[in-house]
Amino acid sequence: MSTTEDLYAGSSETTDGKVFTVSGQDWDEIAAGLGDDGGDAQERVVVNMGPQHPSTHGVLRLILELEGETVTEARCGIGYLHTGIEKNMEYRSWVQGTTFCTRMDYLSPFFNEATYVLGVERLLDIEDDIPEKAQVMRVLLMELNRISSHLVCIATGGMEIGALTVMTIGFRERELVLDLFELITGLRMNHAFIRPGGVAQDLPPGALEEIRGFVALMKKRLPEYAALCNANPIFKARLEGVGHLDLEGCLALGLTGPVLRSTGYPWDLRKTSPYCGYETYDFDVQTWDTSDSYGRFRVRLNEMWESLKIIEQAADRLARLEGEPVMVADKKIAWPSQLAIGSDGMGNSLDHIRHIMGESMEALIHHFKLVTEGFRVPAGQAYVPIESPRGELGAHVVSDGGTRPFRAHFRDPSFNNLQAMGVMSEGSMIADVIVAIASIDPVMGGVDR
Amino acid sequence: MTDDKKADQPQPAVEQPAVEQSPENVPAPTGEAVPEEVAQRPSRRVRQVGERQGMFGVKGTGDTSGYGGLVAPVVYPAATQRPYGGWFDTVADGLDPLIDMVVIHRGEITFHIAPGNLLAAAKLLRDEPDLRFELCAGVNGVNYPDDTGRELHAVYSFLSMTHNRRIRVEVSVPDADPHLPSLCGIYPAVDWHEREAFDMYGLIFDGHPALTRILMPDDWPGHPQRKDYPLGGIPVEYKGGTIAPPDQRRSYS
Repeated sequence: MSTTEDLYAGSSETTDGKVFTVSGQDWDEIAAGLGDDGGDAQERVVVNMGPQHPSTHGVLRLILELEGETVTEARCGIGYLHTGIEKNMEYRSWVQGTTFCTRMDYLSPFFNEATYVLGVERLLDIEDDIPEKAQVMRVLLMELNRISSHLVCIATGGMEIGALTVMTIGFRERELVLDLFELITGLRMNHAFIRPGGVAQDLPPGALEEIRGFVALMKKRLPEYAALCNANPIFKARLEGVGHLDLEGCLALGLTGPVLRSTGYPWDLRKTSPYCGYETYDFDVQTWDTSDSYGRFRVRLNEMWESLKIIEQAADRLARLEGEPVMVADKKIAWPSQLAIGSDGMGNSLDHIRHIMGESMEALIHHFKLVTEGFRVPAGQAYVPIESPRGELGAHVVSDGGTRPFRAHFRDPSFNNLQAMGVMSEGSMIADVIVAIASIDPVMGGVDR
Repeated sequence: MTDDKKADQPQPAVEQPAVEQSPENVPAPTGEAVPEEVAQRPSRRVRQVGERQGMFGVKGTGDTSGYGGLVAPVVYPAATQRPYGGWFDTVADGLDPLIDMVVIHRGEITFHIAPGNLLAAAKLLRDEPDLRFELCAGVNGVNYPDDTGRELHAVYSFLSMTHNRRIRVEVSVPDADPHLPSLCGIYPAVDWHEREAFDMYGLIFDGHPALTRILMPDDWPGHPQRKDYPLGGIPVEYKGGTIAPPDQRRSYS
């Protein structure tokens, strides 16, 4: 074998035509190879982009049929991140389910937890018993999460068209949100913090000051994005008119979230079917009227301002609710979520051990049953959709009356919205495919689950 | 929860109460107000879809509690009778002859529809001005292995943005003949959702343009979300090599 021959990049004949393996800087070889064929290959080229292409938002495979640089047909191949989370949840207790579903759409963990937990609470019929403080904390965390998720969307979307500064400042701000998450929940991602009946813990001391400081800082920094992008001629030239999908197309393909709102239709589940007390917060639904990638960018940018408004209101309420409970009063539901850790950081608190081992045999029985087996949820099914950063996220939760979910299915907006990739990019240039996908903002962890 | 109460006061096994039901779901007395042919539909009756045995997961001589012999039926919320209240009646009127059973539980309405009526119902749901369910949020499968003759359920969620209403439509098919019509022609949004339900449950949506696996590899045998499919324990093949399931890889004894 000569040293000029590339081991990996080469061509081979298959039943479907000539296949080239492209590894960069070998365009001449492909052009020469195509020239040989003379027939069909001159006009029609099928390009496989991904599943690990840096501009595909995770492990997404795109199959593009090209005519020159124009895409004539576009399809997605998904499933590379399928981890069987829904199947696993059927083998864990209702409380443990939150630790699984939080990992699905890893950019919006609180939304995954919230929709699942709201479904479980509806089946338990304790929706009205959730303490106010737990609901306010859920709203606070979800809105912080919306900001961090939109920041990643804008950051990676900018990076994919070469706007690296947008990426660096986007991740800079996201880091601040993750620091807040770490302060409140102990973890930067995969929190499993929202539990059936409330939330896992109270706010730590000093959290409200940190949150207020973050809001003040974001109010200074969000205008930087507007200054960098909003009127930037290159940014606009890449985004305007790209990935166009009108209201009719959105409804037919079931698209929700910023993509739907970029058509000018103010559909937001926080307003139309409020949950967690969203009806008591003052905020506006952000829309744009261009139905394109630029409109979706502006919707996301404006939504971050609205989220800041909600966070401020939530922080004010939390200041008033100091010392209030964050978990439902029914101990049988609350207990599995509140396994307090002793002062040495290991095992159960000594007070609890003393109580169950020395004082009350009933308490020991309850501890044993609820911790090993979990609580039972009445038979039935529930679906409580919420407005995630990407659209309608809902968990179809089915119980057979047992201590484990009989079925938990997540209607993930990324999964549904990615179907529009073909409609948005067919007929456009190959570089616009990337922009169109970035404007859908799919997270493959949520798509494949 | 309820079991702990029972633990204080043992009851004979035969008097195990059915799972909790909301008051509006108590079935009507037989033969009242329901036409005979409707009452005869199999889905009208409260059906037991399974059985739960024991309490502590212990069987045989290890069971010192005596509760291991408990047998409780698994019963889902029963059919609701008219009037359903509010806009539920409007939607039910619009769909009327196509509905097998209506269940209202925890404020959510579920229409059980036979596979043969699904296409007509979906068309009505989308086009009828009184209904106008513009958006189908998707479909997912549920497997009830003990629900004989209706083992596989396909559950749709429809949303009317005009009227701000949400309904659930449930279609059940037997495991032996898991065919139901595809809604792709009416709601293109369900394309991938139907492929996922096929992949995970083996539900066959007739008329789908390309009903192929979507999450699992194309050549994967079986449908992983079915109840008879194990969690783990499946050997994985990669580029000709086979990796045994974790519990069979190596013996440490």
